[in-house]
Amino acid sequence: MFTRRQAMIGAAATAMLAAMPPMAAFATEDQIAALPRERVKLVAPPFVHAHDQVAKGGPKVIEFTMAIEEKPVVIDDDGTVLQGMTFNGSIPGPMMVVHEGDYVELTLVNPGSNSMPHNIDFHAATGALGGGALTLVNPGEQVKLRFKATRSGTFVYHCAPEGPMIPWHVVSGMAGTIMVLPRDGLKNEKGEPLTYDKVFYIGENEFYIPRDEDGNFKTYESHGDSYADTLEVMKGLVPTHVVFNGAKGALTGDNAMKAKVGEMVLIVHSQANRDTRPHIIGGHGDYVWEEGKFANPPAKDLETWFIRGGSAGAALYTFLQPGVYAYVNHNLIEAVELGATAHFVVEGEWRDDLMKQVEAPGPIPTN
Amino acid sequence: MAITLLEASFTSAALVAPALALGLQAPSEPPVPAAETVTIAEQVLDFPLPGEFLADGRPAAAPTTREDVAAFRITKHQVSLADYQRCAAAGACAAADARATHGDVPVTGVNWTDAQAYARWYSEVTDGKWRLPTALEAAAAAGERFGGESFAAGADDPGNPAVRWIRRYREEAAAKRPADPEPKPRGHYGPNSFGVEDFGGNVWEWTSTCYSRVTLTAEGGVESAVENCGVHVLEGRHRAYMSNFVRDGKSGGCAVGTPPENLGFRLVRDDGGLPAIAALKARLRSVIDMFRYS
Repeated sequence: MFTRRQAMIGAAATAMLAAMPPMAAFATEDQIAALPRERVKLVAPPFVHAHDQVAKGGPKVIEFTMAIEEKPVVIDDDGTVLQGMTFNGSIPGPMMVVHEGDYVELTLVNPGSNSMPHNIDFHAATGALGGGALTLVNPGEQVKLRFKATRSGTFVYHCAPEGPMIPWHVVSGMAGTIMVLPRDGLKNEKGEPLTYDKVFYIGENEFYIPRDEDGNFKTYESHGDSYADTLEVMKGLVPTHVVFNGAKGALTGDNAMKAKVGEMVLIVHSQANRDTRPHIIGGHGDYVWEEGKFANPPAKDLETWFIRGGSAGAALYTFLQPGVYAYVNHNLIEAVELGATAHFVVEGEWRDDLMKQVEAPGPIPTN
Repeated sequence: MAITLLEASFTSAALVAPALALGLQAPSEPPVPAAETVTIAEQVLDFPLPGEFLADGRPAAAPTTREDVAAFRITKHQVSLADYQRCAAAGACAAADARATHGDVPVTGVNWTDAQAYARWYSEVTDGKWRLPTALEAAAAAGERFGGESFAAGADDPGNPAVRWIRRYREEAAAKRPADPEPKPRGHYGPNSFGVEDFGGNVWEWTSTCYSRVTLTAEGGVESAVENCGVHVLEGRHRAYMSNFVRDGKSGGCAVGTPPENLGFRLVRDDGGLPAIAALKARLRSVIDMFRYS
């Protein structure tokens, strides 16, 4: 039977196919094998490995290796311990930078010292659950995945084993970012090039640490011991910690980010699980890709920008005044009480033209 | 035998429990023993004044004045959690936000109002006259452990306020120690040369001195001052200023600086043991201190 409904679906499908651009030619294994290869050593956040902003030459295969490390991590000044899970030992996992059209070739190692299977889902990749279906590795195994970076932008990657393990692994620290730059670099809304002097990568994580009957955070012997209690706190959707770079205060004091007046800084902000709203206190976002996708023109002059849970965004800012800037999640309760505050220490000349204390605080005059 | 003892203890617990519930109202209740005090002899002290100072419209270092401190008596230990809980049980103090812990620890998680309430209650139940020390008395009693202002507050570059912000930020970062907020048993940090225990440990101590913002003259004198008694001075490893209602040092700071790990207090005893004239001088001194800028 050929129903009217089927006919309509068929017509719609035909129309859709007709509207699609011609399929790009897909490279063969031989062609990919002939591409130049580059091996990149990842660095711990908030820093990013050295990279060209404008690609030199044609597409390459970029090789990365990450080892998964399950380990207890101290997440605040009170010594609260998270049974952490990490890509390459850091929360967040390190940032990878490639160019659109490059191939990412990742070796994912799950050492025998770990206790659980893990995998990786790249939001930048197409198919197989972002690679998750092809990368599940048990302790003592490793796997190699290649995917083509077909879209430019900042993208989250995270562990996604199965079922309730997925959110648990993510809120235990297993998330990171890949930045796929346009081959000709970043551009403003007019298509003119934007070149950053520095890049910082801020991974925001929220944690759900169970408490004992006195209200103190509990410490567990192992991941397995912590699982049931942690899941209960997670299901309440009220995090106990919201932090940058894995711990409250991780990007403050001696570890505050450094810049100079006049420097254009690219700030990549990633949150794999929950919405957030970065804000530079006393500064702005000159050019902001809220969704992080560079094929779209950047928004300009933002005060606060919105990073959807499960995405990474990018903001360019040129510091105009020296000082100590707080970079916060502008839910200020999360910033101040739960930990989502980082600092920039910016040196340079003060410009009275931009701001001046015309009169110092003093008694209110009484005439 | 074991069974008998167990039964005996059950029995006595059953008998004692209702008595305890009535305990504090019972007229036969013995007065609370007064805490041990240390007499701080009269001394002359170079004292960095608490508060914030401005000269020529810019932050200035706190002036240090030479102060004559009359002899006074101060508790050897910080007020204990157990004693504070007696005040709370009597309904005279609000329950402290103290960390759940064991042993003879100082009370923590108390604000300035709590400390004032405790001093009133303690004066009643011990038949003594107890009060918070002034910042000057706290400094005098702390002796070699007095922290005061750890970081120079003066402006480094009149044309660039950020130079000072960044310098202070770096100094504070360098001075930061791993947090150790767990209250320690009283006596853990040991006595100073006067025999006063635990000053400069992880419990900062409330004083009766108000925060003030002072504009200095070119000669360093006081041109004007605005006192804010909604904020009081705490002395400890470094000086801190906290709103009267704050119980958690981490949430009370208004700057980027390193916050106190815990807020507690000790008391000064104004009656007995000291010559009446010295006690009067001490009292007068605290009053003068309170109004010095108003």
